[in-house]
Amino acid sequence: MTEIVMSQTPPILHGPSEKEKKYDRQLRLWAASGQAALESANLLLVNSGAGVVGVETFKNLILPGIGRFAIYDDALVEEADLGVNFFVDESCLGKPRSQCLTELLTELNPDVHGSWYPSEETAPSLDSLLATSPVFTAIIYTLPIAPERLAQLEAYGRQHKTPLFAIHSAGFYSYFRISLPGAFPIVDTHPDETATTDLRLLTPWPELVEFARDMTKDIDSLDAYEHGHLPYVVILLYYLERWKQTHEGRYPSTYKEKTEFRRIVQNAARADNPEGGEENFDEAAAAVLKTVVPPSLPSGLREVFDYTPSEPIEERSSFWIVANAIKAFHAKHKTLPLRGNVPDMKAKSSVYIQLQNIYKTKARQDAAEVLETAQSIAPGRQFDPAEVELFCKNAPFVKLINATKGVDSASSTCVNVLREVTAQELANDENAEITLSPLSLLPIYLALRATSHVASATADEILSSIEETIPGTKDHERIVSAAQEVARAEGGELHNIAALTGGMVAQEMIKIITKQYIPIDNTCIFDGIASRSQVLRL
Amino acid sequence: MASTTVYPGSEPARWKYLDRIRTRAGPFTDGDAYDGSMVAEAMENMTVLVIGAGGLGCEILKNLALSGFKNIHVIDMDTIDISNLNRQFLFRAEDVGKYKAEVAARFVEKRVRGVKITPHNKMIQDFDEDFYMQFQLVVCGLDSIEARRWINATLVNMVDEEVEDSYKPLIDGGTEGFKGQSRVIFPTVTSCIECQLDMHAPRAAVPLCTLASIPRQPEHCIEWAHVIAWDAEKPFPSLDKDDPEHITWLFKKALLRAQEFNIPGVTYALTQGVVKNIIPAIAATNSVIAASCCNEALKIASNCAPSLGYPNNNYMMYSGNDSIYTYTFKHEKKDDCPVCGNLARELQVDPAWTLGELVESFATRPEAQLKKPSIRAESKTLYMQSPVSLEEATRPNLDKTLVELGLSDGEEVGVTDPAFATVSFKFKLKFKKTE
Repeated sequence: MTEIVMSQTPPILHGPSEKEKKYDRQLRLWAASGQAALESANLLLVNSGAGVVGVETFKNLILPGIGRFAIYDDALVEEADLGVNFFVDESCLGKPRSQCLTELLTELNPDVHGSWYPSEETAPSLDSLLATSPVFTAIIYTLPIAPERLAQLEAYGRQHKTPLFAIHSAGFYSYFRISLPGAFPIVDTHPDETATTDLRLLTPWPELVEFARDMTKDIDSLDAYEHGHLPYVVILLYYLERWKQTHEGRYPSTYKEKTEFRRIVQNAARADNPEGGEENFDEAAAAVLKTVVPPSLPSGLREVFDYTPSEPIEERSSFWIVANAIKAFHAKHKTLPLRGNVPDMKAKSSVYIQLQNIYKTKARQDAAEVLETAQSIAPGRQFDPAEVELFCKNAPFVKLINATKGVDSASSTCVNVLREVTAQELANDENAEITLSPLSLLPIYLALRATSHVASATADEILSSIEETIPGTKDHERIVSAAQEVARAEGGELHNIAALTGGMVAQEMIKIITKQYIPIDNTCIFDGIASRSQVLRL
Repeated sequence: MASTTVYPGSEPARWKYLDRIRTRAGPFTDGDAYDGSMVAEAMENMTVLVIGAGGLGCEILKNLALSGFKNIHVIDMDTIDISNLNRQFLFRAEDVGKYKAEVAARFVEKRVRGVKITPHNKMIQDFDEDFYMQFQLVVCGLDSIEARRWINATLVNMVDEEVEDSYKPLIDGGTEGFKGQSRVIFPTVTSCIECQLDMHAPRAAVPLCTLASIPRQPEHCIEWAHVIAWDAEKPFPSLDKDDPEHITWLFKKALLRAQEFNIPGVTYALTQGVVKNIIPAIAATNSVIAASCCNEALKIASNCAPSLGYPNNNYMMYSGNDSIYTYTFKHEKKDDCPVCGNLARELQVDPAWTLGELVESFATRPEAQLKKPSIRAESKTLYMQSPVSLEEATRPNLDKTLVELGLSDGEEVGVTDPAFATVSFKFKLKFKKTE
């Protein structure tokens, strides 16, 4: 107890700094750690075509304060830019587009540094920019793009382990695809608070058992106030103990048993009071189905346990060492380290705080054991105890993205994946009416992909290109419509679709830079006619 | 098959990308409702109303200006705060304190040649139906459910079946963190904001006795400072939630209370968050939702592709916390919607309740959410919040039970609330069966 009170350093009494005020609404989402990651990011946009979607993405990253950005764009500003791009104005006509975009974007946030290319003095070509610039945290390129240029970026991505974001927006359609350099684990996934309750009612540890027993030893003679303020955790532990005594030492496990148990708990409430019941017993009964559950291993974590890092550098990262330590913990205890949070429940203040401390203490002990194991796996390595604690706390919710190795868009593996997914998606569509599921958006991806390297194409050109990649698709009705819709845009962007897609890409970029929340794996397609999206792994 | 002729408006070179789409039919264009040659001019002659010049509003103004709309009005009574600058991209540090509507309108007008934006630094309630009649479309980017309900009720009431011009499509967006939604409403024809009220259930309030005697969470300590300590000590004449001095006072009070009960976690940021009910907001999500709204506006104005709203899906939910997930569906119109339906909405009540309890319950019920309701039964006035004389005359009724007041199971009552001046909500009392 003393230790806990001590560790509760009083917060500083002065108000927030200017920066905290400016970024208040986002710090509530990703905290100071996420903000620091954003502020040290250095991003590159290689712009092309109508040139809007990447700029809208950057707007949404400059506002929250990424560190630096660079724009590479060969185009000069022309009249058509002024009707679709917000970050150019009349005075820009004829000037380098990268310069105008950079100048007007930089106005959004004085904390952010921007630069533009090609530039005669510093980097006259993309090659020289990639060779001389400080390493980019991530690169965004827009489609269409010349194949040689794409190859340059992919080579850079491989060499520097840099995530690449490809975006294509044309007319009402768009997609973006993230290529990560390897498996991408996330610890701080921000699960819904309601999903995190883990009370270990079926595997209580001695301190918790003792606490509950002590509070309930004279349960029937407790006065109305005490009885009405027993925390529901204590109520459930007490009645579970009684259940065990009458059921050969077993806990309620089937649905039927649990509903029976719930009835027992509900009936144990005293009704001889003005309210005609007790709120804490209502809470206890309501919690039965969700909290009277044996420990389990969630699928996301199982995937982490089963994954073997493909490269030694990955294996040595603290994530995989701590993951292995937690795996060992799970093998030994048949349960994960305790998260340690207690949901709010009716109880006296002091009792609730005691209960909270019992859970927190156990969570700290578990985390300390994991830390010790981690140190024995990697002797001499220093681990940040806070990082280990966060991992333990979030263990059930950790997530592994891009579990197999990243592939180049041009490689044959990629085409094979696309053929498989196409077959699957088109087969699903056959049953869509029965399963009431929305139709696949893959046709949009196929049609846009067919214009990856050309400024525009007719519907027939698009269809024959798709047919070349995936034979047997050129007469498919939905693919034909998608090709026609893409052809209608002639490579032009609609500002709304660019802004919408730029919002989605910025969200994903923030998730990847901060390593918080869960990014897509790996392609997101948007249909601005039906107003919906679909994520596919391609 | 797509048609090939483009019908450009006044500046063909500038709007070429937009014109290719809006003036040419695509494979999904409904040919009967569409004439590409009329689109550019029709859109240039439309007047669109934007409500809110905040996170969504800034984006909406930019998007509409770059979608070919030329006449836009924007209403917002707020002034710019430093915490807006992480997403409200039309504002700069030197604009803090100025009117949002004004600064936003001037910025977009300056950047996009040929668009006229009229700012109104006012509340939506300051305008009458004549004002709202001049618009062909209304796009809302608001953070308050009350304002949404007000404009929704107003637009539904304005519908006159004889006058085609009286139907004003309403497009509404909202965001919270990485999540958001956009929806399209054709007043009286499709599900309205009031029909969808249960999508915005109010957060359950913490019982007063928890705040007063058994706090357990940092939020309980902050609410105690806000609700109880402030009233008891009145450190300033009235609470200004934007005054750092006032928030600091509440923070210190909450901290002392938390220390007394050993409750960890009270911070300045949390205090501010709880007291002001701050919703996290980022540029990226606003960009998604505002663009979705304006994409629908373009489709409705041009018919160049089917929009949300009618006859099928009218609602898109967006979530970016875990991957990206959109759910686009049709929210059904409700016959018992108090605003656009014909039938009274059923309201479960206990006949043993006093009228006072019934009045209070209107604030928290997800299907009502009325804070200052006045209630009339079929034959008599039960309780009026104003004027003072009527309030005094009807106040004794608050202590009588529903049965004592002669109300019966299935009886209809009419409810009005100053927040929705034009609407009378119809409810049908449904007595709880007593065992």
